[in-house]
Amino acid sequence: MKGTPREVLGAPHPVLSAVAEPVDPTAPEVMAAAADLLATLRQEPGAAGLAAPQIGLSWRLIAFDAGRHPKARSRAGELVVANPRLAGAAHWNGGREGCASVAGLTADVPRATRITVHGHLPGTGEAVTIEADAFEARCIQHQLDHLDGLLFLDRVPRVLSLHTSLHTCDA
Amino acid sequence: MGLSAVTVLGVDRPGVIAAVTGSLAECGANIQDSTMTLLGGHVAMMLLVSGDLDPAELRKRLGAPDLVVTASAIEARRHFCDDGGGAPEGIGYVLTVHGPDRPGIISAVSAVLADDGGNITGMSTRLTGRLYVLIADVDLPKDVDVAALMRRLAVVGASLDSQITFRPVEPDLL
Repeated sequence: MKGTPREVLGAPHPVLSAVAEPVDPTAPEVMAAAADLLATLRQEPGAAGLAAPQIGLSWRLIAFDAGRHPKARSRAGELVVANPRLAGAAHWNGGREGCASVAGLTADVPRATRITVHGHLPGTGEAVTIEADAFEARCIQHQLDHLDGLLFLDRVPRVLSLHTSLHTCDA
Repeated sequence: MGLSAVTVLGVDRPGVIAAVTGSLAECGANIQDSTMTLLGGHVAMMLLVSGDLDPAELRKRLGAPDLVVTASAIEARRHFCDDGGGAPEGIGYVLTVHGPDRPGIISAVSAVLADDGGNITGMSTRLTGRLYVLIADVDLPKDVDVAALMRRLAVVGASLDSQITFRPVEPDLL
């Protein structure tokens, strides 16, 4: 299914602060939203992931593609996951991240560097388990936070961890 | 030997730090604590220096009319735990506020903290587009009812259309 790129919402926006709703991964409107999310990600410069709330949908859908990032080790490739759930997390470490919805700011945020995520593939509804580490793990956790109405700003560990940036990149 | 508080403000350009610290060294001042940041494209420095500093001499040596420099002798002694007194009495928390920009955000939030004896030990605010972000390091007295404080912060946050998170610092002591 070919999606249509949508506008990426910038904070502050109520959808970005809301807890997103679970979806039926086989529903046609969810498949269309997944395609739109992926199409938006593909045209978002520097972004390695997006969550449905960032395109105005308060649904539990994330898309990511960390494969081309130089810090990536695990590389699940371009993927959209419905109802993703963090099942395991270990080995926390800090790393600088930004967000397509928060222009001009980055922060050093602690994240787990090894995670296990369960979810379903839009369309077939097939259950999927993702084992991710390093940058891909950071990227997925960033998107999971969006589904819970959180921004990376909510995880800044101290004042000096907040930085201004001249460019925007997601995770 | 006395202490002086030095402030430097000006449009940011390469070499500001080198010029200021070089002039301080030429004046015989020793930099103790200092902080520097950019505020809306302006460099802002605050330094605590030891030595008998003559503000006029500092400005003359600096020779940078684009920088606003103040230097004041201060009576206060250092209030740090240099004597091995250990960590502060309170418990460390990090406060994050983000939402639409409007007047009064800092005063409203800081008043809630102050009511419980909370001490803001560091703070940074940034305006990017319509988004206003406040991050603060906060020391709370040990006997504070943190759950009640968080409820009051949530009420204030809602009144400002802002999201507030308040969480304990997790120091890594190695």
